[in-house]
Amino acid sequence: MSGFFKSSIGRKVAMALSAFFLMFFLLQHFAINILSVFSADTFNEVSHFMGTNPLIQYVLQPVLIFGVVFHFVMGFVLELKNKKARNVAYVKNNGAANSSWMSRNMIWSGAAILAFIILHFIDFWFPEINTKFIQGDWSGMHEGVEGYRYFHELQEKFVSPIRVGAYVLAFIFLALHLLHGFTSAFQSMGYTAMHKKTLQNIGKAYAIIIPLGFIFIAIYHHFNHIH
Amino acid sequence: MNLTLKIWRQKSASDKGKMVDYKVTDISEHMSFLEMMDVLNEQLVNSGEDPVAFDHDCREGICGMCSMYINGEAHGPDRGITTCQLHMRMFKDGDTITIEPFRATAFPVIKDLVVDRTAFDRIQHAGGYISVNTSGNTQDANSIPISKHAADEAMDAATCIGCGACVATCKNSSAMLFVGAKVSQYALLPQGQIEAADRVQNMVAQMDLEGFGNCTNTGACEIECPKGISLENIARMNRELMKAAIK
Amino acid sequence: MALDSKVPKGPLKDKWTTYKDHINLVNPANKRHIDIIVVGTGLAGGSAAATLAELGYNVKAFCYQDSPRRAHSIAAQGGINAAKNYQGDGDSTYRLFYDTVKGGDYRSREANVYRLAEVSANIIDQCVAQGVPFARDYGGLLDNRSFGGVLVSRTFYAKGQTGQQLLLGAYSAMNRQIARGKIQMYNRHEMLDVVKIDGKARGIIARDLITGKIERHSAHAVVIASGGYGNVYFLSTNAMGSNATAAWKIHKKGAFFANPCYTQIHPTCIPRSGDYQSKLTLMSESLRNDGRIWVPKNMDDVIAIREGRKKPTDLSEDERDYYLERRYPAFGNLVPRDVASRAAKERCDAGYGVNATGEAVYLDFASAIERYGKEQAKIHNIDNPSKEKIIELGEAIVEAKYGNLFQMYEKIVDENPYKTPMMIYPATHYTMGGIWVDYNLMTTVDGLYCIGEANFSDHGANRLGASALMQGLADGYFVLPYTIGDYLADDIRTGKIPTDTKEFEEAEKEVTDRINFFINNKGTKSVDHFHKRLGKVMWDKVGMSRNEKGLKEAMAEIKAIREEFWKDVKVPGTANEMNPELEKAGRVADFLELGELFAKDALERNESCGGHFREESVELDGEQKGEAKRNDKEYAYVAAWEYKGEPSEAVLHKEELEFKDIELKQRSYK
Repeated sequence: MSGFFKSSIGRKVAMALSAFFLMFFLLQHFAINILSVFSADTFNEVSHFMGTNPLIQYVLQPVLIFGVVFHFVMGFVLELKNKKARNVAYVKNNGAANSSWMSRNMIWSGAAILAFIILHFIDFWFPEINTKFIQGDWSGMHEGVEGYRYFHELQEKFVSPIRVGAYVLAFIFLALHLLHGFTSAFQSMGYTAMHKKTLQNIGKAYAIIIPLGFIFIAIYHHFNHIH
Repeated sequence: MNLTLKIWRQKSASDKGKMVDYKVTDISEHMSFLEMMDVLNEQLVNSGEDPVAFDHDCREGICGMCSMYINGEAHGPDRGITTCQLHMRMFKDGDTITIEPFRATAFPVIKDLVVDRTAFDRIQHAGGYISVNTSGNTQDANSIPISKHAADEAMDAATCIGCGACVATCKNSSAMLFVGAKVSQYALLPQGQIEAADRVQNMVAQMDLEGFGNCTNTGACEIECPKGISLENIARMNRELMKAAIK
Repeated sequence: MALDSKVPKGPLKDKWTTYKDHINLVNPANKRHIDIIVVGTGLAGGSAAATLAELGYNVKAFCYQDSPRRAHSIAAQGGINAAKNYQGDGDSTYRLFYDTVKGGDYRSREANVYRLAEVSANIIDQCVAQGVPFARDYGGLLDNRSFGGVLVSRTFYAKGQTGQQLLLGAYSAMNRQIARGKIQMYNRHEMLDVVKIDGKARGIIARDLITGKIERHSAHAVVIASGGYGNVYFLSTNAMGSNATAAWKIHKKGAFFANPCYTQIHPTCIPRSGDYQSKLTLMSESLRNDGRIWVPKNMDDVIAIREGRKKPTDLSEDERDYYLERRYPAFGNLVPRDVASRAAKERCDAGYGVNATGEAVYLDFASAIERYGKEQAKIHNIDNPSKEKIIELGEAIVEAKYGNLFQMYEKIVDENPYKTPMMIYPATHYTMGGIWVDYNLMTTVDGLYCIGEANFSDHGANRLGASALMQGLADGYFVLPYTIGDYLADDIRTGKIPTDTKEFEEAEKEVTDRINFFINNKGTKSVDHFHKRLGKVMWDKVGMSRNEKGLKEAMAEIKAIREEFWKDVKVPGTANEMNPELEKAGRVADFLELGELFAKDALERNESCGGHFREESVELDGEQKGEAKRNDKEYAYVAAWEYKGEPSEAVLHKEELEFKDIELKQRSYK
């Protein structure tokens, strides 16, 4: 089994498994965030549950962190190996003749997403960790804020048009990444997704709807925040 | 028609190599691409220059020897063909055509457009066979019934000509389509079951050792493959390897 | 020297079994002390190398391609014959034997052909066990198709790529032995001479085609499996690299060359389109099952078509000459290959060729499309189908049967063969002649064997469809491994053959001198220039139809081209690098000698048989008037030529052919 994950195919399977996990995570992240558009209270309730539930905080959160880090590290490791597999580049290469831009540039869309995730961590995750694990404040309250703090923090972040712009851009890259990545993950797992119309359409829908939803949330809060 | 050719010239494996421009005139649109190259070489020989070395043999698209990267595509712009089946009617008078060798670290250049594809042979040595003696004492052919569907699918995988266009095309120089096709042919047939696990593991290990890249599922190999070998074969190889790992 | 075919005594059907029971065997422990060289890795060489290695011999295999998988056996389309009688249509070993001897126009050796028919069934078993994906029916059993010139369905096939699949099977068997270290594979190596020590073949001189290095390789026996010499015509369906050098070199060292004039000109090839043409493409003979061959009746139409004023589809039925149906009402478009080819040449020589070069006839699928369309309409219960519907339904059937061939044609010619008739013309395809071998497949040199297309043995003067693959694999998998053991049994104490002897030195010097000559010659004309001129003489005067005057001229002209070649050939580059022009020069030098012997043999054989048609030997009257006339009384022998310096001075040795189990008959297709 350890031999399997050392093989090129095994690594792709590992990439696909982490991708499935991340895509599932993205879906649930979106499901919670979209609540913020409809009801601040529900959003706060669910956020507080997610932020304080021990199973999520002590089991799923480390798994998620591992998944994210693994997907990126392995992505770069594979890219490095792939680059080494062609030591002299073509003078003329017409990649567009036989493959999509998305499929050929996963590393760039991935790198853009990584940059976004760093920003996102600085924005939300580090403060959260700081509040909960360093300061030991698990109350979900904040001075001067009525009720839970989550919705308030969310709104605060989308005041800056620059940040909203960065989010929008990042989600476009996410869409591009997913447009190839969704079906590609199935293909790596041994299912010929590239030939299956239905799955391709589901993949397209997912890759467009989810990032578009996130963009909508960011823009919505930008224009609807309470001063 | 008159054409400008930009061709990779490299004297030997250790030479650095560079692109050189040539002109050819009065090329008939009915010529095959290699016949156009013959015209160029005849011209070079007559003027005392070294002709361009390129691999070719059967010139009917089955031996898999010809291997050029033409205008940024393996076997040129047409589909479902090898370079020897590419015809000049695909080009226009005055065109500039860029001709390069198949590029991959595992396919080092020997001279000009000739590359060393013995890495493919070595992958086959690792398990591209069924261990049966050629003594003639095997069982009767019809004592192994095989469903028409499986036989046809195995045949589709087996039509690979080992030209290496998949590797040349793949942005990662991955050999998965080639290896997948061979693994699939045997995986689909009852005769291949006994050694299936060892075969896929050994062939994939050798493929990795040769320095081919990984698969990003861009699907480019399938499109450029002169024999239309399906991506299904890569998926099947992945399944076979997973199956072997669990065993 | 009298030729001894070494055919075992006894009844025909017991010969091979009795032979196997009585030959000497080499014990497994001793086999590992014996080396065998195999030159060529096609069906014959590949299967032989794999089997010999499996038996325990140390095999060194050589091929000029970059991988053994690329040998030209890979291009065979149609199928492989085997007397399995899976269809229950009355096939048997004897029938396959009979058909092969008859198809070869009674110029093959009975005992060899019978053995071939006998082991044919094993080939199929063997290949299926290896994972060759033969076509199957819905019950999961093997499917068969029928081929020209026979009355049963005995041809096994893998789509239109049977040769490829069989070769990949042999290649996979080789791979297994390469992995075990029992075969040492030398890719991109060309054999340039054989080395004889005390009258026995003990090694070869080979050139590494990448570095140009000349290498000595020793062995206890040498097997030549280098294929045919069709490229003597320059244009043929052979691969560009297919050459006769290995065969010609051993001929010069004492192996007799048999029946060089027996060449198969295949009727259904894509015509030449211009002088730049480098090779011809064959399309499976199966097309003649549904295609009708014709040329226009009137010269005006021919001219109009050539000038583009008329299209073939403009001509009405009675403006067309379906000449095969007219001349051979019984067999029509399905006459054997040689007959179909000559008939096409006859029409084109008379000026009725339909393309710019005047060398093309039509192969028309319109009636087949209509016939299938009507059939399909009935099957689908369509009343009064429109003409368009019929064509649509018919085209679908034709596509299912020949789709890949039609696509190939369209890629090359740029015309849609569903809508306009295909153009075809005969092309050199296979050479039945080759190195003379005895029943053991050994040449006239001890320890030197020759198998597959390179030898002369089993097809007589004409080869039946789907028999070449059968012979190659039979020789390599099932015959040679027995017969070579009988010879090598005496060699178990010989020990390794050293390569630092004067015989190796001399052979190497000869090879090096010749290479240096080419490099230093600094002539003015390219190798191809001479090859094309040779090809033209061969095609015009030693082609589909031959006569005394033409053959004598051919001999003189080839000699003159050869002399000019040695004076004026230009080979660029150096000897110590990859140098394709140098490779070609050596091959063409040999073709220039072989071509003359070829013409000499054709001149000597003043009869028409199989692929060899002498205009002097035709039926003068009766129903068969104008058809080929065989002369069994004077020519029922194998012409084996001994090298004596100049090809024109070669000495003829005759192996009389005896037919004990078959009655000789004139072929008739009227």
